[in-house]
Amino acid sequence: MAVSSTDAGTKNIVQGGRLARYGLRTVALTYLSLLLLIPVALVFYKAFEEGFSVAWEAVSTPEAQHAIYLTVLMVVIAVPINTVFGIACAIVLVRHNFRGKALLNAAIDMPFAISPVVIGLSLVLLYSTRDGWFGQDLAAAGIEVIFTPVGMVLATMFVSLPFVVREVVPVLQEIGDDQEQAASTLGAGRWQTFWRITLPSIRWGVTYGVILATARALGEFGAVSVVSGRISGSTETLPLYLRKLFDTFDVAGAYAAAVVLALLALVVLFAMNFIQRRDRAILAGPSVATEPGALVPHLDVPDGKENR
Amino acid sequence: MSIKVENVRKQFGDFVALDDVSLEVRDGSLTALLGPSGSGKSTLLRVIAGLEEPDDGRVLISGADMTRVAVQNRNVGFCFQHYAAFKHMTVRDNVAFGLQIRKRPKQEIKDRVHELLELVQLEGWIDRYPSQLSGGQRQRMALARALAVEPKVLLLDEPFGALDARVRMELRQWLRRLHDEVHVTTIFVTHDQEEAMDVAEQIVVMNDGAIEQAGSPTDLYDHPETEFVMSFVGTANRIGSLLVRPHDVQLSHLRTDSADEAMIDRIVHLGFEVRIEMTLADGNPLIAQLTRAQVEELELADGQIVYVLPSRARVFDGNGSSPRTEELTLA
Repeated sequence: MAVSSTDAGTKNIVQGGRLARYGLRTVALTYLSLLLLIPVALVFYKAFEEGFSVAWEAVSTPEAQHAIYLTVLMVVIAVPINTVFGIACAIVLVRHNFRGKALLNAAIDMPFAISPVVIGLSLVLLYSTRDGWFGQDLAAAGIEVIFTPVGMVLATMFVSLPFVVREVVPVLQEIGDDQEQAASTLGAGRWQTFWRITLPSIRWGVTYGVILATARALGEFGAVSVVSGRISGSTETLPLYLRKLFDTFDVAGAYAAAVVLALLALVVLFAMNFIQRRDRAILAGPSVATEPGALVPHLDVPDGKENR
Repeated sequence: MSIKVENVRKQFGDFVALDDVSLEVRDGSLTALLGPSGSGKSTLLRVIAGLEEPDDGRVLISGADMTRVAVQNRNVGFCFQHYAAFKHMTVRDNVAFGLQIRKRPKQEIKDRVHELLELVQLEGWIDRYPSQLSGGQRQRMALARALAVEPKVLLLDEPFGALDARVRMELRQWLRRLHDEVHVTTIFVTHDQEEAMDVAEQIVVMNDGAIEQAGSPTDLYDHPETEFVMSFVGTANRIGSLLVRPHDVQLSHLRTDSADEAMIDRIVHLGFEVRIEMTLADGNPLIAQLTRAQVEELELADGQIVYVLPSRARVFDGNGSSPRTEELTLA
């Protein structure tokens, strides 16, 4: 009977483990549903509650069109600049040693730490044509920053700056510089090494950083709101426009605009996902040795251990 | 191409990695840099490659001063311990890399890649990615990649260090044969004295950022100039002021005035050879290497007290500026 009692004991442990596992899953799913899935689903539901045409009308007004255009413009300018800067910055942080490196490292995280409204205000302090530090000089040169798309791009760049850096730094650390050194012994100069070795090696990090930066740039409200002046049809991005509709009790319009904003983000997400999938499929290649008499590949050294 | 290193110094912070190192490597030779970790052997190799710039001194490759020439212009082949395979490229593209950088014609690149993959026995793996290869295959691919650009010298930094023992043995012999075929001046770094003796024509023993001795494997084994070389290349016992190889230790049951007393701790049978592990009266360990017949004749057993007489020994006077070496042949 000793055997069966041990069996029962094991079973209890297994059941206990299963219970804990399901319990954990339930908690995670409930948490996600309450905080994320249900609210977002409700927005979609509300937007199309009165029919597709009503929603379409709300987002096809010239005002709405301009807001969409402006939001896309912010992303198209701010994200590529921050991507280039982010990659350069990550390389400097990982591969170089210099005084003040810790300071630079900390400074990059500032946009995470500072409230976007404060960022907006600081830009006003600098660029305001009335009393900004170099606002008047710039105005004299014909460049106005505050209450124009120029300031809004600056604000968007500010808030979306850290993402690419933060995603690329760990990848660079992980891959090490062995491959780059190997490329240099084979005759590759710095640029050739960057384009042929470094960039392809960090592309996952860059991709993910771009997704996050884009999402942030698309949705930015606080900083842009302060520097834009919210001039309808001129300096109103989609989030600002949405807020205005909501404040003027155009609820259906607000939800429709919200759907457009969400869709823009989803398009970016899917596009990146698609690129990544295709890339992975290429990398994976045929999985088993097929040629006759060939050795079966023994993967005795796992990928991760390859780098010091 | 010959390699000449003249009075090279390299310091990392306070740590002196290379202290006034000079070395000459003959054209077409196969040389091992042997030493414990931290002895400066890898740094010396990296200085020759141009991956590390010396603080002082010169590096000459076939007579030309290369000290200030950038690594990409030195035309050296370099293999890393962890292969440094380009993970996002196929075996073909890895091997073709140096040729593509040099903008060689497509057909030439194609032919050369096939030729090299045949040489390293990876023809069937041309379209694979490094992650699909075993460690030994990756290192062979890295060798093909380094050889593709017809380097003046081939430098290997612990090339077999990350591989398991069996693959390591195979690759050693394979490297030997490869060198007979391509005849490129080769230097490889290792901390494994057996590997160095097995593969190299010339061994350079390094310790504490300096060269202890350079010479042929038999030379180093039979005529070590320092105590370090004697104990690092092969095994050495210390009996008082003498250093004795395990196969020069003679055991006896007869007590004599000149013999040292030792107690047998363990007898290890290694096929034809038998290793006797003992402790001397002064507490130092002693290892003797005997044949099976000798052990049977002496009827050795654990716990026995035996008397030790070296048949050959060396004395090092390491304190003077020129260490004195003496060979004693005892009865």
